[in-house]
Amino acid sequence: MNFDDTPQEAEFRDTARKWIDANAPKEFEAELSKSSLGRIRLASHDMVEVGKAWQKKKAQGGWACLHWPKEYGGRGATPIERVIWQQEEGVFGKLTQPFQIGEGMCGPTVMAYGSEEAKQRYLPKLASGEEIWCQLFSEPAAGSDVAGLRTRAERRGDDWIVNGQKIWTSGAHYSDCGLLITRTDPNVPKHKGLTMFFLDMKSKGVEVRPIKQANGMQEFNEVYFTDVVIPDSQRLGAVGDGWSVSLTTLMNERMSIGARLATGFPEMFEFCSNLMTEDGLAIDDRATRSKLASWAVKASGLKYTSYRAISALSKGERPGPENSIGKLVAGVMLQDIATYAMDLEGAAGVFTGEAEEEARGQFQQMLLSSPSMRIAGGTDEILRNIIAERVLGLPGDIRVDKDVPFNEIPIKGR
Amino acid sequence: MNFDFSDDQKQLRDQARKFLAEKCPPKAVRAVLDAKAPYDKQLWKGLAEMGFLGVAIPEEFGGAGAGHLELCVIAEEMGRALAPVPFSSTVYLAAEALLLAGSEAQKRKWLSAIAAGEAIGTLALFEGKGNPSPQAVRLTASGGTLNGVKKPVPDGAIADFAIVAARTGSSGRETDVSLFLVDLKAGGLEAKALTNIDPTRGQAELNFKNCKAEPLGAAGEGWSIISRVLDRAAVLIAFEQVGGADRALEMGRDYALDRIAFGRPIGSFQAVKHMLADMYVSATLARSNCYYGAWALSSDASELPEAAAAARISATQAFQHCAKNNIQVHGGMGFTWEFDCHMYYRRANAMALSLGSLSYWEDALIDRMRKKNAA
Repeated sequence: MNFDDTPQEAEFRDTARKWIDANAPKEFEAELSKSSLGRIRLASHDMVEVGKAWQKKKAQGGWACLHWPKEYGGRGATPIERVIWQQEEGVFGKLTQPFQIGEGMCGPTVMAYGSEEAKQRYLPKLASGEEIWCQLFSEPAAGSDVAGLRTRAERRGDDWIVNGQKIWTSGAHYSDCGLLITRTDPNVPKHKGLTMFFLDMKSKGVEVRPIKQANGMQEFNEVYFTDVVIPDSQRLGAVGDGWSVSLTTLMNERMSIGARLATGFPEMFEFCSNLMTEDGLAIDDRATRSKLASWAVKASGLKYTSYRAISALSKGERPGPENSIGKLVAGVMLQDIATYAMDLEGAAGVFTGEAEEEARGQFQQMLLSSPSMRIAGGTDEILRNIIAERVLGLPGDIRVDKDVPFNEIPIKGR
Repeated sequence: MNFDFSDDQKQLRDQARKFLAEKCPPKAVRAVLDAKAPYDKQLWKGLAEMGFLGVAIPEEFGGAGAGHLELCVIAEEMGRALAPVPFSSTVYLAAEALLLAGSEAQKRKWLSAIAAGEAIGTLALFEGKGNPSPQAVRLTASGGTLNGVKKPVPDGAIADFAIVAARTGSSGRETDVSLFLVDLKAGGLEAKALTNIDPTRGQAELNFKNCKAEPLGAAGEGWSIISRVLDRAAVLIAFEQVGGADRALEMGRDYALDRIAFGRPIGSFQAVKHMLADMYVSATLARSNCYYGAWALSSDASELPEAAAAARISATQAFQHCAKNNIQVHGGMGFTWEFDCHMYYRRANAMALSLGSLSYWEDALIDRMRKKNAA
């Protein structure tokens, strides 16, 4: 048992480190280090432009989409090399946020189902950041139950005509292409009438509107489709086979190992170490210590769980299911930590201004943003279902709509 | 990175699991639970023959000379099987104290006896309620004799020898505490078994009356040795807890698959599935923290105090959580004497207190993290 690289890994790490050291946009390092909770803002630069420049440089140096084949703009690297790269890329990895959905989900789906022509045309540009992709799955009435989606695609000659609405689309406003799942047959049960496409986001009839979120920010979009024309050549997989195509996409989403999840613990530990209350330092209080200790072992538990997965990759094995716990643990933790930090501040805990009190608004922001961590990318409840069914082998939910034609499924609760 | 047990160590785990499945089925645990015997002597003998008792004891003292990673995988299996033997008191506490502080002669005599299954050892630290602390040690030692009362002493009524923490000074500092080794069969004390929530692991009161004792380690070093022993034992007991947590989770899962209510397996209800998923989360976090503890223990890393506390807290929480919800998944049957659920519930809650309570370790973890941050 040890934490050391193998000689090959050490050599790869050294090469990566040297390249990053020589090429990374160091002028943004300080700003990137400060931003937590996945939100990145650069004071005087557009985050997407800076990200594109870094991605392009990486592609030229052979460091983009590491695990992809070289012919599509990747490096043909092993999974462990990808993890090592992420570790070495460090805070600059935050700049890759606009490309993650493309690299992690859309690209692999095109790779699995696209024509050779489509792969040649789209994948290298996706890898180099020249074109950004978004994923158009969720709808107002289809979140966890994404197979209940209603955006319609109807065949007209060699084209498909799309009408409907998607929601929670990250980056739709700066994306060039989108991966779109639609309903092509409402007369069959819901999983059977779906078809996957990709499209040019500048197509006529596509309208992107930002969503104002509960935390006051705008990071996601609604996307409306009005008679949008998509050529049949941009279909991925067979007509009616969209559900199994989407599983490829989502499976890739969950493969991201080594991605560090924010738990809020380091911030909380520092906060409690410095916060003076009427009874002394917060960290000297028994109740606070008990909570801190419980969060500490969750944070360390997640860290060492990911080390176990990395070790499996290093041996060329498939990691076990342990990593499925990550977001489930981290999401609730963020929310609990934010709530308790504000409790410690007492009446002043309500202030959100950066100048106010010791927390400088960070826990207040965390509180307002944390609900999304428990919803996006699989709600806590869906994640528990996944653990129960795929890891523990418990039966799936009884699905009352399984064999019912989609257009006969009730659409209102009462 | 190779943050995993080796193939040999995993093989040893399988071997231990197979051995315990055969020699320590629930029926064997119940025999001790029902007070038919104070511990399972046959099993103890078998563990010695398998080389498990001395796995981390050097060969020169009669052990297998493997190491602490090997001991960790065995500990996990002992916890999973609820082995009703004085393994933790003898191997994690007494043997570790001897390894850290024993003289050549003490090691030669007692470590080889432990490895051979011929001596049961324990650590007599507590004196009534409260957590480990040098101030709580009131039993006195003077002129090589001990006077005072220790309780609870794990496996104290069946032990052959004990490492005893005694007060040898009055400066108010931790150097007031020294350790002594007492041959419990040589007289000078009364041992009384006390009833406790987990009868499969005995607890006793030892009443020392002018009892002859030999020093273990240097005078005034007692507390420093105890702190190190507690950290080491914390990791090993955490592995037992993880083994127990995993088994309780499995029992709950299996029952949820078999039991039909409202016309379907209860494991198809989200309320039950989510409870089991949360148990899996606790058990996984605990296991990962324990792996880190195992690494720190086996490599004598400076991170051991922090790693041990994290493993201890995480594993205590996981075992308590899994044992309690295992009963809940079983419903009414889980509350019967006949079903095994309560044996895990008892063990989980007894173990949560065995080296100091959860809040004691929470306190310790925060202290240690602060110390590290300050450094």
